[in-house]
Amino acid sequence: MQQPQVDILFEPSQSARVLIGGAWHIGQNCPRADATINQLKSLQGLEIVRLESQDLTHWDSLLLTYIRALSQFCGAHEITLDTSGLPEGVQGLLMLAAAVPERQDAGRREDLNDGLSILGRHTLWLIKDIALLADFIGEAILGFLRLLSGRSQMRWGDFWRLVEACGPHALPIITLISTLVGMILAFVGAVQLKLFGAQIFIADLVGLGMAREMGAMMTAILMAGRTGSAFAAEIGSMTVNDEIDALKTSGFSPMDFLVMPRILAMFVTIPLLCLYADIWGMIGGALVAAGLFDISASEYLIQIQSRLRLIDFEVGIGKSAVFGILVATAGCLRGLLCQRNASSVGLATTSAVVTGIVYIVISDAVMTLLVTALNLYKR
Amino acid sequence: MAYEDFLVQKDMDFDVLRGEIFIIMGASGCGKSTLLRHLIGLKPPVTGEVFFDRQNLWKLPQRERQSMLLKMGILYQSGALWSSMTLAENIALPLTAHTSLRTREIADLVSLKLALVGLSGFEGFYPAEISGGMQKRAALARALALDPEILLFDEPSAGLDPISARRLDRLIVHLSESLGITAVIVTHDLASLLDIGTNSIFLDTETKTIIAKGPPDMLLKTSTHPTVRDFLTRGQSSKSTLNTHERTR
Repeated sequence: MQQPQVDILFEPSQSARVLIGGAWHIGQNCPRADATINQLKSLQGLEIVRLESQDLTHWDSLLLTYIRALSQFCGAHEITLDTSGLPEGVQGLLMLAAAVPERQDAGRREDLNDGLSILGRHTLWLIKDIALLADFIGEAILGFLRLLSGRSQMRWGDFWRLVEACGPHALPIITLISTLVGMILAFVGAVQLKLFGAQIFIADLVGLGMAREMGAMMTAILMAGRTGSAFAAEIGSMTVNDEIDALKTSGFSPMDFLVMPRILAMFVTIPLLCLYADIWGMIGGALVAAGLFDISASEYLIQIQSRLRLIDFEVGIGKSAVFGILVATAGCLRGLLCQRNASSVGLATTSAVVTGIVYIVISDAVMTLLVTALNLYKR
Repeated sequence: MAYEDFLVQKDMDFDVLRGEIFIIMGASGCGKSTLLRHLIGLKPPVTGEVFFDRQNLWKLPQRERQSMLLKMGILYQSGALWSSMTLAENIALPLTAHTSLRTREIADLVSLKLALVGLSGFEGFYPAEISGGMQKRAALARALALDPEILLFDEPSAGLDPISARRLDRLIVHLSESLGITAVIVTHDLASLLDIGTNSIFLDTETKTIIAKGPPDMLLKTSTHPTVRDFLTRGQSSKSTLNTHERTR
């Protein structure tokens, strides 16, 4: 295959001939338009450029982009570009590319990428996000009031099906995770406690830790990853497929029909799962205590019974109920806000998990402050 | 009609009369589907009004607007059947929610609607288990559930083979004639719209407004606007820019 090349011949009467030859393929080292343009610029008052291609053996899109670049240059400098010396196929394609004028208003503004602009964009996006959340919460409260007054379109069949999906189906993974968390708590604490010969307090540590905090938080985070994302994916797919619009135009409120059963199902199942997690966490702690630190099961049990009170469990379970509502809200909200293309469902799912966890942690901070301020743990 | 800062169409003024098969046509991206969303109560116009049955649709309170909308049946582009329910459940849902009919009566109505669209016996199938053409027909059955006065179609022949598209056209005409239903069809399927359209408007992308109104076959014969002619003759009129390209080959 011959090397692709370009020769420029300047002719009298302000014209130039550009001789294109060789095999112009994407794989070859083809001449660049800039070089040709620079050479053309050297002639003052150039009026017409003729393209000739007798020695051209093969061509593909690379030749077309070269010629388009020349064409743009000539257009900008009021030089006529004569393409009649090019192969018919090339001329046809060039005409096709120029057939539909460039749509002026379709271009997107270039987004500035410096730190301040990014910060600005993210802040505006965050404000918009909070506004959408507030909107959603308002609608949800209205939906809940409709439910209480018996005028809701929620179907109880859906509710029970969701309870089954949120609750019993989650038991295996909650067992695993909470036992392990209990074991980790026990181990981390015990290493320090052993320095003081106070290993028995492992029971206190794990018991209080799980009951007051970790049971609720671990369960909620698991549910965010497992169920929150499922809600977002289900509802997101429905949005992409116009099913939500179809619900609206058939006279249904997506809030009543889809969101309410999910929030309620989560609200009902998560406290039970939290309690379940608390128990397994304490069992995990007992395993470590018995296995590594010489504390018998009965010693452990007695210690827990003496230290833990109902209020510890109440706080934990109360927190988990709040977390449950937040996780379901995050999942449903992201699903409803899904854009109408395929990648959005994935984005919505990820966002549901992340926002769910953020809501959990923020509300945990608030509730912990409240509990401390109200002095709920006072003996 | 606009999406935030992006103007889609402006200065639109048209009437759809009862019993017409009204076509909304235009090039891709001109705002046909957006217009439909304004008509069916999913998007309020930035300025302007939509009147349905002499009522100003967007000035009504939510509740009354919802009940007006139940007089419309909508066939979405992808069918939009609820994927977690069978065909029977899809059609039964609006019936259960908005009428006080008994289960037995609803089941009979569901069978009737499916039979009207030629899907008798498919009651227990899920949308994912039937072909695209069948999904559209099932979606039409659902649109017919509450015996609407007006049916709105968003690109009904999209994704259908020519025979299925023609069957759907025949069905639309049949329903219009026997039940007196008005049909509003957003489409760019030339064969369909010239075949069954009784009135139409043409939306233009460049000027962002309506550039032609009238029965499609009449527009084909008498319109002088180049964009409309190009569209209706599929670029085969002598003045079309597409044809100058043809000649150089």
